[in-house]
Amino acid sequence: MSSPVVHPAHHAPTGFIRRYIFSLDHKVIGIQYYFLAVFSVFLGMALSVLMRFHMVYPDAKVSLFEKLWPTGAPGGIMTPELYLSLMTMHGTIMVFFVLTTAPQSGFGNYFLPIQIGAEDMAFPVLNMLSFWTTFLALMVMVAAFFVPGGAPLAGWTAYPPLSAVGPLSGPGEGLGQTLWIISIAIFCGASLMGAINFIATTIDLRARGLSMMRLPLTCWSWFVTAILGLLGFAVLLAAGVLLLLDRLAGTSFFLPAGLLVNDQILNHKGGSPLLWQHLFWFFGHPEVYIAILPGMGVASQLLSTFSRKPIFGYRAMVYAILGIGFLGFFVWGHHMFMSGMNPYSAFAFSILTMSIGVPSAIKTFNWIGTLWGGRIQFTTAMLFALGFVSLFVTGGISGIFLGQPALDLYFHDTYFVVGHFHMIMGVAAIFGMFAGTFYWFPKVTGKFMNETLGKIHFYLTFIGVYCIFTPMHFLGIAGNPRRYADFTNFDFMGKLMPVHTFMTHAAIATMVVQFIFLFNLFWSIKKGKPAPSNPWNATTLEWTIPSPPPFDNFAGKHPVVNHGPYEYSVPGAPKDYIMQSDPA
Amino acid sequence: MAGSLTTEIVHGPPPPPTRNFGGGDGEPGGRGAHRRASMTGLLVLLAASVMLFAAFTSAFFVRRGMSNDWVDTPLPDILWINTAILVASSFAIELARRTLRSGKRAAFDRYWTAATILGVLFLGGQYLAWRQLNAAGFYLATNPSSSFFFLLTCTHAVHLLGGISALGYIEVQALLLRLGPGKRTAIDVSAYFWHFLDAIWIYLMALFFFWG
Repeated sequence: MSSPVVHPAHHAPTGFIRRYIFSLDHKVIGIQYYFLAVFSVFLGMALSVLMRFHMVYPDAKVSLFEKLWPTGAPGGIMTPELYLSLMTMHGTIMVFFVLTTAPQSGFGNYFLPIQIGAEDMAFPVLNMLSFWTTFLALMVMVAAFFVPGGAPLAGWTAYPPLSAVGPLSGPGEGLGQTLWIISIAIFCGASLMGAINFIATTIDLRARGLSMMRLPLTCWSWFVTAILGLLGFAVLLAAGVLLLLDRLAGTSFFLPAGLLVNDQILNHKGGSPLLWQHLFWFFGHPEVYIAILPGMGVASQLLSTFSRKPIFGYRAMVYAILGIGFLGFFVWGHHMFMSGMNPYSAFAFSILTMSIGVPSAIKTFNWIGTLWGGRIQFTTAMLFALGFVSLFVTGGISGIFLGQPALDLYFHDTYFVVGHFHMIMGVAAIFGMFAGTFYWFPKVTGKFMNETLGKIHFYLTFIGVYCIFTPMHFLGIAGNPRRYADFTNFDFMGKLMPVHTFMTHAAIATMVVQFIFLFNLFWSIKKGKPAPSNPWNATTLEWTIPSPPPFDNFAGKHPVVNHGPYEYSVPGAPKDYIMQSDPA
Repeated sequence: MAGSLTTEIVHGPPPPPTRNFGGGDGEPGGRGAHRRASMTGLLVLLAASVMLFAAFTSAFFVRRGMSNDWVDTPLPDILWINTAILVASSFAIELARRTLRSGKRAAFDRYWTAATILGVLFLGGQYLAWRQLNAAGFYLATNPSSSFFFLLTCTHAVHLLGGISALGYIEVQALLLRLGPGKRTAIDVSAYFWHFLDAIWIYLMALFFFWG
């Protein structure tokens, strides 16, 4: 079956700027997104270690702090306000510029078109704009550190009134908070452009024979994530506009009447802070799945490949992705059990929240079913995929606790929640990124990453994150409140402080370990062992083309797909895998 | 062409027919794929827009229901004229599309130009409406009703600016005689977006009229 040769939609550019900076090539854009996320994740991690340091040594005088934040750390001692601004920026940078960009826009941009047999995204110019808009959003966000008053204090959720009343409520609540909102609004625009591309590409540019039920699960997860982003970010944009108007134009969407801040009565009337919470979490809960779904896709892909078995229950996996995406829009209230919500509403939200456990359990069951009886190859990529499953289960189980209003009322403002969402949304998603990096690195560069360094990095990180986040659950049960800068003045916290010290040391150690990864990444780009075009004996379309892929992926040809994505160890087949484009 | 019994015995059964939506059976490189992708992209854009206005609407009703400081904003009469202008513009653009399909280029230019001019007139009319409200003492922060009025009309106007840019682009292409078959998709996408803005405007008018 020969494919007609057609001319590529656009030719390889020759100038440096069009090739590497303002490139229209989805592969370059994917790499740009990836490194934007790498920069952001190290920045966010540094902020988190500063926070952990302050919690354990609140009175330490560090001259570096004073140099960095003359007003935030006078005499080198961090103020509580500075702690809050570090917390806000850590959360914001991690959620938006790491968890939302790398798994979806980074890996998705690079591999979605190749896995579906297209030569590029549907709208390359929009794709380029999407990246540079994200870049602009990051610049505006980071700029908040450098304006008078510094970065905002209101957390990544930016709850009003704190986020809406302006500099009166603290340093960082002036220009810093305004920049925060503007940055998020820009980011919403970028996400919309990305979603248009992902959805149109998946629906309309699939190769001949690649029906939806033959799509690799990575593509399914990117597709559903794009839909979530599309619907969620539009609502966040609306909320951001209202918040900005409350701050700058004197409207009263979120600010109630008679609000007394620092002995001043404000001129607003009749607004509702809870309205923000509803709008924010209508975006915010799907955002959790935006972060984790691509990781699930990568984990499914890798568990199947490295067990040399078809994914267990492909259709169930697809329906579980769809189910999680759909249900994700009806559970935002479980973030607001504390808000004085009607118990009947809370009950409904609780039931819906629990019901997400069903598709999640289907996925976990199928991952384990995939591993069962497989010839497992413990590559670094596979280890990270297994780590993903482990963290997903650990973080998911504490979600069952928090989904119940009666328990959440106690846990909500404690470290239990911090432990929960870091496990499932933070670290699990990041393990998905590590897994994807080790798996696809040979395709992107034509070289392997160093497996020895990779395994050292995996084991230390895996142990490290459990050491950081598991104790948080115990602290939460013991009543340790979250968002506090300093616990040393509370009697009941005295016995818990050694746990905090342990977590801080674990956090610092885990941060140091990440430089092994960074070294491995850059060292392997230069000096890695050369990799063949299909080093893992995998089946999907990206492994049919040379590494690194040519400019238009398939050299002007259109692949024809005859097989499902996970045909491993098929009885009677000559090899232990059948590629999607192999003859029927 | 497909399988007699003997070919099936030799080559195995033909692959089962796959049910698809969108691509997967088409030619991913051809112009057809690009047209389909553009239409999908437009639908996605409209979905995002709908979500934006839905979020504002839900805020509208929550805010309206929860406090006693809501004072209905009187609708300036000019809004009805603007509505008529925008509906007329929508009709013009649809006529343009249809005349183009039957190959009447000169008529297309006339209708398309009319639609574009009516769109600009609508924006001018909106500006007058805002000025009239200001003159009557209603500003963005006056009360929640006026806040939402200015917010929603401005959001619509920003969308409309995007629509007018698209219309203007086609207009320039038409006047430069560059409207090849390749521009057919751009024309359709712009026209559908324009109809969508029309529908959103009528929705907003109903919202203001009944719940002010």
